[in-house]
Amino acid sequence: MTAWKAEIQVTYKKSVLDPQGVAVEKALGALGYDHVEKVRIGKYMELLLHAESEEKARSQVEEMCQRLLTNPVIEDYEYRLQPVSLERGTGQTGS
Amino acid sequence: MSEQLHQKMGLSDQEYALILHLMGREPNELELGMFSVMWSEHCSYKCSKKVLQSLPTEGDQILLGPGENAGIVDIGEGLAVAFKMESHNHPSAIEPYQGAATGVGGIVRDIFTMGARPIALLNSLRFGPLHYPRVQYLFEGVVAGIAGYGNCIGIPTVGGETWFDPAYQGNPLVNVMCAGVLPASRIARGQARGPGNTVILVGARTGRDGLHGVTFASEGLDETSEAQRPAVQVGDPFMEKLLLEACLEAIEKELVAGIQDLGGAGLTCATSEMSSRAGSGMIIHLDRVPCREEDMSPYEIMLSESQERMLLVVENENIKAVQDIFTRWGLEFSAIGQVTGDGLLQIYHRGEKVGELAADFLCENAPVYDLPDQEPPYYQKLKSYDMQAVPQPDDLEEAFLELLASPNIASKQWIYRQYDYMVRTCTAQGPGGDAAVLRIRGTAKGLAFSADGNGRYVYLDPYKGGMIAVLEAARNVAAAGAKPLAITNCLNFGNPTRPQIYWQFKHAVKGMAEACRALGTPVTGGNVSFYNETSGEAIFPTPVVGMLGLLENLSCQVQKGWRRASDRVYLLGDLAGSLAGSEYLYALHGVLAGDMPLPDLERAAFLHQFLGEAAASKVITSAHDLSDGGLLTALAEASFAGGFGVEISLPHPENVRLDELLFGEGQSRVLVGVSLEKERDFLTLIRSYQLPWQLLGEVKGEKLTVRIQEEEPLIDLSLERVKAAWEEVISCCLD
Repeated sequence: MTAWKAEIQVTYKKSVLDPQGVAVEKALGALGYDHVEKVRIGKYMELLLHAESEEKARSQVEEMCQRLLTNPVIEDYEYRLQPVSLERGTGQTGS
Repeated sequence: MSEQLHQKMGLSDQEYALILHLMGREPNELELGMFSVMWSEHCSYKCSKKVLQSLPTEGDQILLGPGENAGIVDIGEGLAVAFKMESHNHPSAIEPYQGAATGVGGIVRDIFTMGARPIALLNSLRFGPLHYPRVQYLFEGVVAGIAGYGNCIGIPTVGGETWFDPAYQGNPLVNVMCAGVLPASRIARGQARGPGNTVILVGARTGRDGLHGVTFASEGLDETSEAQRPAVQVGDPFMEKLLLEACLEAIEKELVAGIQDLGGAGLTCATSEMSSRAGSGMIIHLDRVPCREEDMSPYEIMLSESQERMLLVVENENIKAVQDIFTRWGLEFSAIGQVTGDGLLQIYHRGEKVGELAADFLCENAPVYDLPDQEPPYYQKLKSYDMQAVPQPDDLEEAFLELLASPNIASKQWIYRQYDYMVRTCTAQGPGGDAAVLRIRGTAKGLAFSADGNGRYVYLDPYKGGMIAVLEAARNVAAAGAKPLAITNCLNFGNPTRPQIYWQFKHAVKGMAEACRALGTPVTGGNVSFYNETSGEAIFPTPVVGMLGLLENLSCQVQKGWRRASDRVYLLGDLAGSLAGSEYLYALHGVLAGDMPLPDLERAAFLHQFLGEAAASKVITSAHDLSDGGLLTALAEASFAGGFGVEISLPHPENVRLDELLFGEGQSRVLVGVSLEKERDFLTLIRSYQLPWQLLGEVKGEKLTVRIQEEEPLIDLSLERVKAAWEEVISCCLD
């Protein structure tokens, strides 16, 4: 099994109001950065998972995003997947 | 092409024909979209209007009845109360947190639109059984959403009710109520008065959120509902707080000629309703609407349901002053058009006229339906259910503890401890009591509020159930010592085009109307929520009543808990209740059936009057209404709230089952505590009313003891044990 690192970015959907983004944009404006627009604030998550193939890893990340990591009703997500080489077997020390 | 389009937008072929007739031509896509949202049930009440006309709406205390954003009631000393309840069931079923949060935001806007400062929020919630993970998700999300919005905007959430039943599993109910106080002489109106005045959009920017939200709310839910995602909006309570302060400031300085919030159907609804009410029209330039996204089409701008926006009509000499206020509060402010005298809505985009139609087409001329109704087959069957088939419990103590552990009866502390119910520091009685009581600053007065509705009763008998919803809400505020003044309501039903559902609706409203007349509490407005169905299964018909009560003197308020050991415990009203539709019958026997006795409306009015007089003359120390769970549950609740035990001895009338006596439910029953010093005065007063009453026992020790006459106790439990059964039920269900 290969280990994969998934980096997931979650933001509100484009059509959804992002109150935090609006507030930050206003605050930036108040500091003089009045050429700034379209501030969107989201969250970043990363996790390691073990899967036989990239395809399987992808489908797992997809499923986790749909079921728990994001709220698909109002949020969009993107992710990157990279194979990771591990020196030691993580999670298998049997604690 | 547009024939398919109108169907897609939820308009029937007949409705489309009516549109063609009114317009004298084919509407374009924008105009058709405006018809579609304004003729949805949510905005037009097309299926409910005829029935709702039977509700009483007038009284000396009513300053403004239904038709505006909220009803207004006179409370004396030049003050008035604006209050209203609204449902946000469908959005909450899809996205519980934001659905509930924007429900709160919407009802708060309805109140400050009238020029009232919001002082209290209440809610009435219904979910499926808590052991389903999906129900837990909805329940936790809704409660967090109400807390999130209410706590941030700084309006206390002071009361409400929550019920769990399989009937609400796929379609939860989220009804929110708000009340505010204003000077009686300064009611703001949602009218576009004065041709030549400027139309101004303030608040947040307009985005693509919530397109066709009202059409969505006027359909049943099914598996594909979650895919209709853009219908959900995200609320911003901090923005709304700014909007609230700015609008109230502009109204206080008498700078606005008309004001309306943008809720369901967005700009379409606000422009057409304001024009139609004033008999005027508007020219609107859509490219002057501040948008959150690029390239929004006229259709999207007119139908967007972005939150935290208001439409103002301002006389031209006041524009500068109004602009200063909104700029100071950091809000968008755009003059988007003008009031005209011709009754037309003329919509322009980039210099081009993109739509033109009479405002009345959307409002006054909306179709009104008289739908067929039919008695459902279950009705007679459940009514004639033989209660003898229900076994009596061998161990009444066990049965009692089990009943208290039913989530419908158990403590709702898990819910209300998430709400800030003390903010503004006017809360005299917060959640957990019969009614919420608030102080009105600068006066000796208090306001009492309650929200009630028992869908099970209404399912069994819509007529009696409708009455009971009003009676229970009135009794709750009366128990606090307040005089019930007026109601608002949320009528949650299934698909009205099904005759059996319409039958439920018709009879429930009839029952409510009769009870409102008997109690002198007119209806000041509210909302109808149809199509509460999941895959063809309707919820219980659930009218929820929000009651406003007035305490002339707040220091006379009464609470439900026992106040002192040695106080006498009296029961006002009938000794035994009925098992029909009771929580006991459902929770312990899994039976939903029976024929509830017809409530005695005259007696209810007497009882409420008595409670008011007893509170004002301070002859009672506590009062608690009997509702779900019956006598024993009420005794336990008064003990929990007061921290004292109680020792009771009951007569056992012939032909009354013990479980009926202890757990039966019925109307116009109240437990009161009476101090020994005031007992004579109490008896003199109660004897002057035509009410049944009896002495049950006294407040005593730390045990709950109930016996029949002098026999060995039927129930003899430590208060600690009883409380343990009741206290942590909901949090345990969620673990």
